[in-house]
Amino acid sequence: MFQITKRDELPTWQGVLIRIGSILAGVLLASFIIAILGFDPVKTFAALIGGSFGSSSALINTVTIAIPLAITALGLAIAFRMKFWNIGGEGQIIMGCVFATFVSHNMPASTPGVVLILLMGVAGFLGGAIWALIPGLFRVYLRTNETLFTLMMNYIALCIVQYLHFVLWRDPAAKGFPKIKAIQEQAHLPMLFGVHIGFIVAIVLGVLVFLLIRKTKLGFEIRVVGESAPTANYAGINVRQVMLTGVILSGGIVGLAGMVKLAGAVYTLSPSITGNAGFTAIVIAWLSNLSAPIMLVVSVLIAALEQGSQVIQIKLNVPSAVAAVIQGLILMSALGGEFFLRYRIVRRKREQSKSQKGDA
Amino acid sequence: MSETTTPVSEFAFSMKGISKTFGSVAANEEIDFEVRKGEIHALLGENGSGKSTLMNILSGIYQPDSGTVFVGGERKVFHSPKDSIQCGIGMVYQHFMLAEPLTAAENISVSTGGFFVHHKKESAAIRAFSEKYGMEIDPDKLTNQLSVSEKQTVEILKVLYRGARILVLDEPTAVLTPQEIRALFRVLRKMRDGGCSIVFISHKLNEVMELCDRVTVLRKGRSIETCDIKDIDAYELVEKMVGRKVDLSINRPIPKEDCKECLRIESLSLRDPDGYVKVNAASFTLNHGEILGVAGLAGSGQKELCEAIAGIAPVESGRIIFEGNDIAGKSPREIIRMGVSMSFIPEDRLGMGLVASMDITENILLKDYSFQPGVFLKTAPVREKAERIVKELEISTPGVHHPVRKLSGGNIQKVILGREIHLSPKLLITAYAVRGLDINSSYTIYNLLNEQKMKDVAILYIGEDLDVLLELCDRIMVLCAGEVTGIVDARSTTKEEIGQMMSGTRYEELKGGVDYVSNH
Repeated sequence: MFQITKRDELPTWQGVLIRIGSILAGVLLASFIIAILGFDPVKTFAALIGGSFGSSSALINTVTIAIPLAITALGLAIAFRMKFWNIGGEGQIIMGCVFATFVSHNMPASTPGVVLILLMGVAGFLGGAIWALIPGLFRVYLRTNETLFTLMMNYIALCIVQYLHFVLWRDPAAKGFPKIKAIQEQAHLPMLFGVHIGFIVAIVLGVLVFLLIRKTKLGFEIRVVGESAPTANYAGINVRQVMLTGVILSGGIVGLAGMVKLAGAVYTLSPSITGNAGFTAIVIAWLSNLSAPIMLVVSVLIAALEQGSQVIQIKLNVPSAVAAVIQGLILMSALGGEFFLRYRIVRRKREQSKSQKGDA
Repeated sequence: MSETTTPVSEFAFSMKGISKTFGSVAANEEIDFEVRKGEIHALLGENGSGKSTLMNILSGIYQPDSGTVFVGGERKVFHSPKDSIQCGIGMVYQHFMLAEPLTAAENISVSTGGFFVHHKKESAAIRAFSEKYGMEIDPDKLTNQLSVSEKQTVEILKVLYRGARILVLDEPTAVLTPQEIRALFRVLRKMRDGGCSIVFISHKLNEVMELCDRVTVLRKGRSIETCDIKDIDAYELVEKMVGRKVDLSINRPIPKEDCKECLRIESLSLRDPDGYVKVNAASFTLNHGEILGVAGLAGSGQKELCEAIAGIAPVESGRIIFEGNDIAGKSPREIIRMGVSMSFIPEDRLGMGLVASMDITENILLKDYSFQPGVFLKTAPVREKAERIVKELEISTPGVHHPVRKLSGGNIQKVILGREIHLSPKLLITAYAVRGLDINSSYTIYNLLNEQKMKDVAILYIGEDLDVLLELCDRIMVLCAGEVTGIVDARSTTKEEIGQMMSGTRYEELKGGVDYVSNH
């Protein structure tokens, strides 16, 4: 007979071991399935790792994928700290891109790059912030459920960008091909070490978010509101104001992630611009326990998984579905490992033999 | 099963060598607990001594790591509460588990099984059944219209009606007036005389001494003593519970003569978010250097009254005058900005008052940070303060960076009390300051309150133990259903008087009644 019991808090090194162990378990599980499907697990994983970290070009690709993931996760984590379940990352990324694209399309071509990029950054922040603030206002003043609300806002944003893509902003120069005009060339983010400088933005934001949460009064208020709104109210914190500020920051940073991806990597707004980053970032935020520095690292690992699975599709002809299964299994195991951080499974002692001894 | 020779036992049930650990905490260690047929057996122990774990094992909620349960001499293994119920064991919890929209009879019969419900038949059967034990209940009344003590009667009937012969009552008197307690005791004695066995869990020793036949004391997960009540007195019981001698007297200083008024409440009324009136035209005054106790059944408006004064709950009408300034309807921050120094220690410390996952320093910062200039948080000065509070109040913690959630109830209470006292308030409001605390910590808290009183702090003390209210406070205000039914001198009043006011009799009526009798 087995039983699940809560465990005491673990020392850090044990927690790290469990996390590594659960990822390894996921790799094993995935290997098993790869083997059944007739591929060589060792080769597959070697290709996966080689394809994501093995060369400078692989590394550049991985980091490029990681940048919007990391920034989005940093933004979402601020909302999650307040127990404001912002599932609207997708919509906020899209709106960030829409606002940034609007700025680029409407500024004269003579605008210097730096000015244009800064303006687009502000616009991106605004776009995401507005998209998060709408459910935020409803949550704060009408107590609506923000989980559903933010989720639904994703689809509205998606419809808006589809309308722009196919109708309103359709580029007549594209000869009937539905496409939005690319942003101005001087608005492209400059490169450093072969990667666009979005990675610097991510690192700086990581530091800023860390400082905000840990070292500022607002961050303290955000943490108190998230832990217990009655306590916050009791301590004289204006809960509504703090929550709205936090939501604006959260949505704004996510919108900025969209702008960075637009100006740094894809240059053109399209309905598929998010690449699911708004959802993947939720996983990243929680896997990192909402800690800003850890989010940066985890984003790179998740990005490596994505990049690597693209490589194995090309190199080993592994079908894309299998690559997705590998990604899914590893993620699932990593998340499942969290269970063992909190609980342990014990075997029940045989009570019969013991009590008989006691009676005798 | 009845054909085979069932072993005859004088015990209704016995639990032998019960052990249960959670994580690294041993909640029960080799506990032996035996209850005879036809006795009322008190189970005593401080919070965390393992009472609830033991009872959860008896009711099949937990399975023991080792040890055996015998019912009627037969070894039983309970895999779920269902098994325990089938053995005739019934639990009456502190928090009632009744379906509010159903009638009393429906709540009672729902536990008996069967597919069809015969309303009339059931209701008559329940009426007859309840009369047998001297319980008064209208089976056709809707549960949400029953008073607290009636709800408790329904809970007890529910358990008895499905054939329980062993009853476990967890702190049954906490929600009752002294008069209702006496009625409950009559019922329990009748049940005992009818052959039922009752486990009575309470921390009110005088009730245990009055009602019970035998007692088992638990301490730190072990059974310390089982004996007849007549062989032991309350002081010895406390010593066994705590593990050493405890002085059970509260030293009550006389308030100074020339104390000024601190707080004046004028016909204060307020409603909860659902629109129910929670406080109705309450008026009273509170002086500096005085402890005003508030007595009343749970939910008589104590919580709302405190929250209104602290600016947390909205006020409907009336005035809250603090040293001449009306603070009614102001938010906590506005009250602080007005320079009003008031401290409020709420009922649910971890739900309101402290942040469970934050450490002691950060929790103390909660009341300090808004006075800090700039956007950044400065923890260094607060850390010293936290260390001082930990030292002064003897809070046992590995350090000031230990999350409060991991502290014991008494230490949690000391953290919030220390924080609030260190703000040197002029008014201190405490709601159930000693709830969940062990005896020793409770007396530490009483002493701290008296120290504050001597520093001219005005103290509003919401209490639930009438004996403590009578010993600690200078005056006692009684609330019933949100109304002030009387304010009396704690030194001259009696428990009976307060009990009557708790159930709605106004002080004037009480005194009027006495005069009426004396005049004739």
